[in-house]
Amino acid sequence: MLKRRLIPVLFLKDGLMVRSQGFDTHQVIGHPLTHVTRMTQWDVDELIVIDISENANSYEIFRDDQKFKGAGDLLQFIASVAETCAMPLAFGGNIRSVEDVHARILNGADKVTVNSMLVDAPAAVTEASRKFGAQAIVASIDYRMVEGQARTFTHLARRDQKVDPAAWARRAEDLGVGEILLNAVDRDGTGRGYDIETIARVAEAVRVPVVACGGAGHQRHFKSCFDETKASGVAAGNIFHFTENAYPNIKRYLRSTRTDIR
Amino acid sequence: MASSPPRVALIEYGVGNLGSVLNACRRCGVEPVIARTAAELDSASPTHILLPGVGAVGEVLANLRAQDLEPALRRHVLDQKTPLLGICVGMQMLADSCEEHGEHAGLGFIPGRVKHLGPLVGDRPLPHIGWNTIRPAAAEDPLWRSVTDEHFYFLHSYAFVCEPPFAACQTEYGGEFVSGVKRGNVYGVQFHPEKSSAAGMRLLDNFFHI
Repeated sequence: MLKRRLIPVLFLKDGLMVRSQGFDTHQVIGHPLTHVTRMTQWDVDELIVIDISENANSYEIFRDDQKFKGAGDLLQFIASVAETCAMPLAFGGNIRSVEDVHARILNGADKVTVNSMLVDAPAAVTEASRKFGAQAIVASIDYRMVEGQARTFTHLARRDQKVDPAAWARRAEDLGVGEILLNAVDRDGTGRGYDIETIARVAEAVRVPVVACGGAGHQRHFKSCFDETKASGVAAGNIFHFTENAYPNIKRYLRSTRTDIR
Repeated sequence: MASSPPRVALIEYGVGNLGSVLNACRRCGVEPVIARTAAELDSASPTHILLPGVGAVGEVLANLRAQDLEPALRRHVLDQKTPLLGICVGMQMLADSCEEHGEHAGLGFIPGRVKHLGPLVGDRPLPHIGWNTIRPAAAEDPLWRSVTDEHFYFLHSYAFVCEPPFAACQTEYGGEFVSGVKRGNVYGVQFHPEKSSAAGMRLLDNFFHI
């Protein structure tokens, strides 16, 4: 039986791992490779790393006192994550072209997530899907609630596309992506639970697997998302990084209540 | 009698990520020789060959052929009977023909065709992504030692279709599909042992001892 996935997400900004809230407040929480090592020890189902730096070149500011030995640029950094990480790795952020996709895959990403590229270079998304296979291209879809309606935002969740995320997901699927990572921006960092209604709606709207993210604050939140939606995976950031042994504990809890958890 | 350590050749042909397979081999205590050309494959005089593969199969096959690796692979695998393990698209390439954005002639090491999973899986999500189990046809085959009850990581939309004698294991997803193939010294797995945690390491280690 195919198991549903529990996925930690690491957010990076200028080469450091950060805590994110509402996609805006970023508090530095340390060296990403330390966290990746911990994820490997926890034997996580998969790992998503998203670079939310304003531009990829900011990796050039890595300093010795931040202990980024050898990670002189983003691609080297991905390679060192991939080396540390014995599990599937998705890498996203600042991906604008087929060449950007290729470079990340060559350096060890099993999948890449694309977001603004769905608007800025849709033909390149399709080309990347044909070249590397649909399974390697994930559409990352950020949405906010605007007057009670879910609306897709791109460009670090700043540009309103005035489109419902389910319609956006179908469009991404038509472009050739093989998976959807659905982020509820309003819930990011709040710990008030997943947006079950929108997740269920998007998962019904597309054929490709949907991974939900945003709002986890308690183990019950993961269970509700698995129980009440068809999401293939449930992802979270902060809860896995700030609560002692959160991943193995939540995994154990989910396994005790469901049969489709590894 | 102590056996000598395996000399593993890892085929590199410019598509996908070699690094994760390389790292997985190292975790098994094996340092593979990377073979980009026929000469490199020959001079490695390998006892085992790994054929990884990520991406669209047509592109992957074209790259392998552009590097003129196919005749050398045939010599080592079909004539000298060196054990080969194809991984994911590396397994799909072993078929006679592969469908994905058109029809492509495969290596033909194992009779079969690679087809889209669509008709098999009903209304389930595609691609088939995540951790799933396997049901080996012959649990006594050394490749499956201590891994028959484990989960492996899958990431694909196409699968091998072949006659039962060549189906080494099956996986359930809507219906059952062939998730591993075997013909003599030629093995292939649809999942990614290099991404499958401890169970994947054990499977690679099993292969290195065949």
